[in-house]
Amino acid sequence: MRATPFILVLIAVAAAIFGIARWLDNSYAFFAGYVVVQYIVLGTAWNILGGYTGYVNFGITAFFALGAYSSVVLHKLVPTLPLPIMIVVGGAIAGLVGLGTGYLTLRLRGVFFSIATLALAVVVQTLITNWDFVGGARGAYVLRPRTAPLIGGDYMQYLFLIMLGLGVIVLATARAIERSSLGVGFAAIRDDEAAAEASGVPTLKLKLVATTLSGGFMGMAGAPLPFYVTYLDPASGFSLNYAVNAIAMPLIGGTSSWLGPVIGAVLVGGLQEYLRVTISSAVNVLVAGVLMVVFVIVAPHGIVGLFQRKR
Amino acid sequence: MDVSLDLLVNAIVSGLLLGGFYAAVSIGVAISFGMLDIVNIAHPAFILLGSYVAYFANSVLGMDPILAAAIALPAFYLLGMAVYQVYYVAFERRNDQSLRSLAFFFGLLFITEVGLVLAFGVDYRLVEARYIGPSLHFGIIDLPLRLLVPFLVAAAMVVGLQVFLSRSFLGRAIQAVAQDQLALRLMAADPIRIKRIAFGLSFATAAVAGAILIIVQPVEPSIGREYIGRVFAICVLGGLGSFTGMAIAAIILGIVESLTSTFFGPSWAPAVAFGVLLVTLAVRPSGLMGR
Repeated sequence: MRATPFILVLIAVAAAIFGIARWLDNSYAFFAGYVVVQYIVLGTAWNILGGYTGYVNFGITAFFALGAYSSVVLHKLVPTLPLPIMIVVGGAIAGLVGLGTGYLTLRLRGVFFSIATLALAVVVQTLITNWDFVGGARGAYVLRPRTAPLIGGDYMQYLFLIMLGLGVIVLATARAIERSSLGVGFAAIRDDEAAAEASGVPTLKLKLVATTLSGGFMGMAGAPLPFYVTYLDPASGFSLNYAVNAIAMPLIGGTSSWLGPVIGAVLVGGLQEYLRVTISSAVNVLVAGVLMVVFVIVAPHGIVGLFQRKR
Repeated sequence: MDVSLDLLVNAIVSGLLLGGFYAAVSIGVAISFGMLDIVNIAHPAFILLGSYVAYFANSVLGMDPILAAAIALPAFYLLGMAVYQVYYVAFERRNDQSLRSLAFFFGLLFITEVGLVLAFGVDYRLVEARYIGPSLHFGIIDLPLRLLVPFLVAAAMVVGLQVFLSRSFLGRAIQAVAQDQLALRLMAADPIRIKRIAFGLSFATAAVAGAILIIVQPVEPSIGREYIGRVFAICVLGGLGSFTGMAIAAIILGIVESLTSTFFGPSWAPAVAFGVLLVTLAVRPSGLMGR
C-alpha cells in the first residue's frame, strides 16, 4: 500500500473507533480508549528508536513528563491556549532534550545511552520536584474545560479525538520511516553498526534523527495528560508504569514493524483495563512487566514474529 | 552563602562515609557490568529486596540487620546463579545480548519493585539497632554511627572481594572470563560456570548493600531507581573492571553529593550522579582507571 492510501485507511479506522465510542455513549469508553491509544503513541515512539535502530531508551517518563509539564506551564501562562499548540510545544521540548542526550551519549556503546536515559528520568524528576511554579512535589491542578471545542459533548471526547489524531500521525510516520532510505539506514545500524559506518551510513546523524523523533512523539503523547488526570504530581507523571508499558508493548507485539506496538498496546492495554476493573489496580501494573520478561525469553520477535515465516 | 568551616568539614566527612556505602552498592554492578559485561540494571532493585529482608528480620524477629544480611547471603547467591542461568539460555547462547536482555533486566527491576509495593506498601520503612542513633565526636567532626557502621561493613566487603579476586584461582578466573573465554577454556575452566558464580557473588553483595542501605536511610520500593544512576555513574567514572577506581569514584560522588545536599538542599542530590555520568561519558568514557 502506498503512503497516501495508508494514511486514509488509518484516518478511517480512527474515525470509526471514535464513532463507535460516541455511539456507545459511555464515558468509561473514552477514558479507557484514551489510555490504550496513548500507549500506541508511546510504544510506537519508543519503537522508532528501540525497534528500528536497536538503541534502548529507558527514560520514557522523562520525555513523556516533559510534554505533560510543558502543558501545565503553558496552561498557567495562557489559559486559553488550544491543546494542539501545547502538543506541538511539548513535542518540540522533548525532541530537543532527546537530541541533546543523544548527542552526548550516542557516540559510545549502546548500553551507555540506555543508562544515561535511565538517569535522565531521575534528573528531570528532580528538576520538576524542585520547581515551585509547576507545584513542585505537591503537584499541580489543571481545570479541564467542561465542554469540548468544535465537536461538543464532554471534554474527554475531545481528548480522545486528539489522541487518535496523534496515533494516526505517529503510525503514518513510523511506516513512512520503515519504507524509506532512513529506515534502511536504521536497520543497518541495528544489525551491525560498525559495518554500516564503514559502508558510508552516517550513523550518528541517523541515530540523532531517531532519538529526536522518538523523544518528540513521547512528549506529544504526554502533553494532553494534565487535562486527562486533572491533577499531576511528579510521582504520577514519572510513574515507572509508563516506561514499562512503552517498552513492553512493542516487545510483546514485535519490534520490526509499525504493527507490533499497535498489537502490543491493544492487547496489553486492553488486558490491563480489564484487570483494573475485575481484580485490582495493583495487579494490572504487574502484567506488562511479567509479559515482557516472558516474551523476550520465549518469543524474541513478538507476536508479529510468530506469524512471520522463518527467513 | 555563609560557609562555615565545621559545616564544610562535616559535609566532607559524611560524604566520605556515604562514598564507602556507595562502593558497597556499586560493587555488584562492578562485577556484573564491569567484568562479565552483563548490564544488570535490576541490581538496585535487588538491593532493595535485601533492605526489605533486613527490615522483615528486624521488625518481626528483632534481628540485627547486618546479621540478617549474612543469613540471607546464600539465598541471594543462589538467586543470582538462577538469574544468570536464565540470561545465559535466553540471550547469551543465542548471541542476542543487546535490546532484549536490557528489556529482561528492566522487567525484573519492575517486577521486583511492584512485588515489594504489593508486599510492604509504599510507606517508608526503617530498622532499629543500637548504633543508629548515636554519634562519635572528635573536635568539630561528628561521626554518626548510622554512617560509620555501613562504611566499615562496606569497606570490609570491598577489600575482601578485591583480595578474593586477585589471590584465589576462582577469583582470577572471574577476572579472566572478562578478557578471554577461550583461553579460560584451555585452562580447563568452564567459563559459564565461572560466570554463574561471579553473577551469584554480585547478587550476594546486594543482600549486604541492602541491609546497610536501610541503616543509612529509611527505604521505600521506588528509591532503587535513584540508585541506578548513582551506581552506573560510579562504575563508569571509576573505569569498568577496576575495583580501586570504583571505590575512588564512589567516594568522590559521596562527597560531591554530600556538599550538594548541605549547601543546596537534599532534593538536589539525585541530579549530581547524572551530571557526573554525562560529563564522564562525554569527556573520558574509559573512566579514571579504565582498562
